[in-house]
Amino acid sequence: MHDGGKILIGLIVFLALITFPIWYHAVQGKPPVIPDPKIITDAKQCVAPTSYMKTNHMTLLNEWRDQVVRQGARYTQAIDGKIYEMSLTKTCMNCHSNKSEFCDQCHNYLDVDPYCWDCHIEPEEPVQ
Amino acid sequence: MSIGRRGFIKLAGLTTLAGVMGKKAINAFADELSALPAEIGVSLVGKRWAMVVDLKKCLRQDGCTDCINACHSVHNVPQFPNPKDEIKWIWKESFDHAFLEQEHEYIEDELKHSPALVLCNHCDNPPCVRVCPTGATFKREDGIVEMDMHRCIGCRYCVAACPYGSRSFNWRDPRPFIEKTDPDFPTRMRGVVEKCNFCAERLARGRMPACVEACKENCLVFGDLEDPNSRVREVLRANFSIRRKPSLGTNPEVYYIV
Amino acid sequence: MLEKALIGDKRYWTWIFILLSLILIGTLFYLRQFNVGLTITGLKRDITWGFYIAQFTFLVGVAASAVMMVLPYYLHNAKAFGKMTILGEFLAISSVFMCMMFIFVDMGQPFRILNVFLHPSPNSLMFWDTVVLSGYLLLNVVISRVTLDCERKGINPPTWIKPIIILSIPWAVSIHTVTAFLYSGLAARPFWMTAILAPRFLASAFASGPALLILMAFIIRKFTKFDPGKEAFQKMGIIVTYAMIINVFFVLMELFTAFYSDIPEHKEHFQYLFFGLEGKTTLVPWMWTSVTLAVMSLILLINPGTRKRETMLGLACVAVFGSIWIDKGLGMVVTGFIPSPFGKVIEYWPTLPEVLITVGVYAIGFLLVTGFYKIALSVRSEIEA
Repeated sequence: MHDGGKILIGLIVFLALITFPIWYHAVQGKPPVIPDPKIITDAKQCVAPTSYMKTNHMTLLNEWRDQVVRQGARYTQAIDGKIYEMSLTKTCMNCHSNKSEFCDQCHNYLDVDPYCWDCHIEPEEPVQ
Repeated sequence: MSIGRRGFIKLAGLTTLAGVMGKKAINAFADELSALPAEIGVSLVGKRWAMVVDLKKCLRQDGCTDCINACHSVHNVPQFPNPKDEIKWIWKESFDHAFLEQEHEYIEDELKHSPALVLCNHCDNPPCVRVCPTGATFKREDGIVEMDMHRCIGCRYCVAACPYGSRSFNWRDPRPFIEKTDPDFPTRMRGVVEKCNFCAERLARGRMPACVEACKENCLVFGDLEDPNSRVREVLRANFSIRRKPSLGTNPEVYYIV
Repeated sequence: MLEKALIGDKRYWTWIFILLSLILIGTLFYLRQFNVGLTITGLKRDITWGFYIAQFTFLVGVAASAVMMVLPYYLHNAKAFGKMTILGEFLAISSVFMCMMFIFVDMGQPFRILNVFLHPSPNSLMFWDTVVLSGYLLLNVVISRVTLDCERKGINPPTWIKPIIILSIPWAVSIHTVTAFLYSGLAARPFWMTAILAPRFLASAFASGPALLILMAFIIRKFTKFDPGKEAFQKMGIIVTYAMIINVFFVLMELFTAFYSDIPEHKEHFQYLFFGLEGKTTLVPWMWTSVTLAVMSLILLINPGTRKRETMLGLACVAVFGSIWIDKGLGMVVTGFIPSPFGKVIEYWPTLPEVLITVGVYAIGFLLVTGFYKIALSVRSEIEA
């Protein structure tokens, strides 16, 4: 093909740039930063199993939002039979009050900026 | 066979679209948490919430703003120095401005320029709900016209449609202008409309609206119109009452005893 | 075909550069508005729709007016409009795009715009407005693309395009009717709640849109070899004349009902506009300008002696466009809120950032129109060569 050499070189440069986050740490020698959310509550169980919460807490919060605001239903029953109020500030943040060490850990790492906190009030973080 | 530039771009576009659609379809089947809403016996339940304002009693309390302060502090309503940004859920308008259809030159002096308490009327036939393009403002089964701040796109059509001027828009971020944040209730962000919500969150916990609780003279009566034994029905039976702009057919549920 | 918009002489690129500068300024101010909020506009608690929505309302009319080219040509075989229909359609695309941008800059939470489609509300006229405007944009894009492409290739357009073109005619009427319904169904705003609002909108649209097209065709004729022909200009002039007469007639109808009935709720808005209310007179000079321009335009248009002279026709079109821009824009939108639901007279005037953002959006629209017209005219001159 025409300009085959230039195209090939261009492709290799492109691939190198686009995979930069993957090989940069290996070259640098330092271990990659892995988010480490800290749980400070004594409660044994969240409103749902941890594995589900890790992957689906956003869906859960959306459902809670719709149920509280649009259906007027404020309380839900978790798997362990306990009744919780469906509230980010009052229920979730009650246990996970250390937002900067818990929520922000993964959110900042992934550059996710949930706009919940524009309105829902962040609780005072416990002093270490 | 060469597909040409146009064909290649078309193919790339379609493939991307298929990929995005496919991912969305998979997510839709994700397991839902079995979040069965269970009402606790504490909530106040009604079929048609309404409020009666005893204007005669209220206007004798010169300069009293207890209900306004209670509402605005419990709901984190901001105080802007610039009146054009103003947000208010409940406030006082002079009688002749609040009741445009009822005023005339010879109204008794006590009433004429006295302040009348105004708030969202939670109409039975709300024009704001009719015009909302996203359903962000909607009428609950118990009669409360509620705002879903998450869905509001800030088009302000509801503000244009409200005949009572009950709605306020957040022209800027309200947080810096809230004197004392109440942690039990969220604030709003800039770009959404807000108004009185008949304290739906307090009703759910078995309490009366903040304004009703705060009024020391019991000028505000709140209850279920469908319950013939409720306080509101009692008060409406015993007194002559008017409503704002009744001819518009909105059927407002805030009644005034004059 | 798009590459034809990138080839031009010095004057063309100077014009594009001016437009891009205006767009840059508008964008910077919009970023400020996006960060701080709509508080940087002149809007307030009692007047929540202003300059942006005024431009939106006016431009929906301009977009709908493309139908005034298409209808005579496709339904009644008025051959004189043959060269102009594509210009009308391109103007429609740019206008609808500007309308959508004006809505976007006016919204409090613009990135939630998809909520309108995710949670459709058939009871809301704004939902329907979004639907019909999007549909109209799509229609015009398809029609202009197909017809221009076939013209360039020298073949007849495919048969399936004809019903789509015919569809665009009632669709054009519907976009402006739905926009009028946005206003005329609100019991809260007696100034808007009149059955004649939709007919007024359509009449003023069919006057201002073709007036703009005539002016743009004059400009293009000056700078390029494109000439739609004297007959086309005259026929369009007649359309503008009739539409303007009907528009002014409708306004007079409104004035009669308001002032003869003497009902304060009906007449106080017109009092505010033409005489001021409670000493507040911000819009009074504007409204009388609009009236003067309207009268001037009618004198020039109705008299065939002046209408047939192209300088006079051009002047009349400027007057028509200006008069309707004032009346339908600020005059109509802002006055709906005055007096407020509490009977108070509170005034509004756009701020500088608001005006600059508006100019930026208009510049984007003009950029689109310039690019499209360049393409259409390059294709035409290629064929003629």
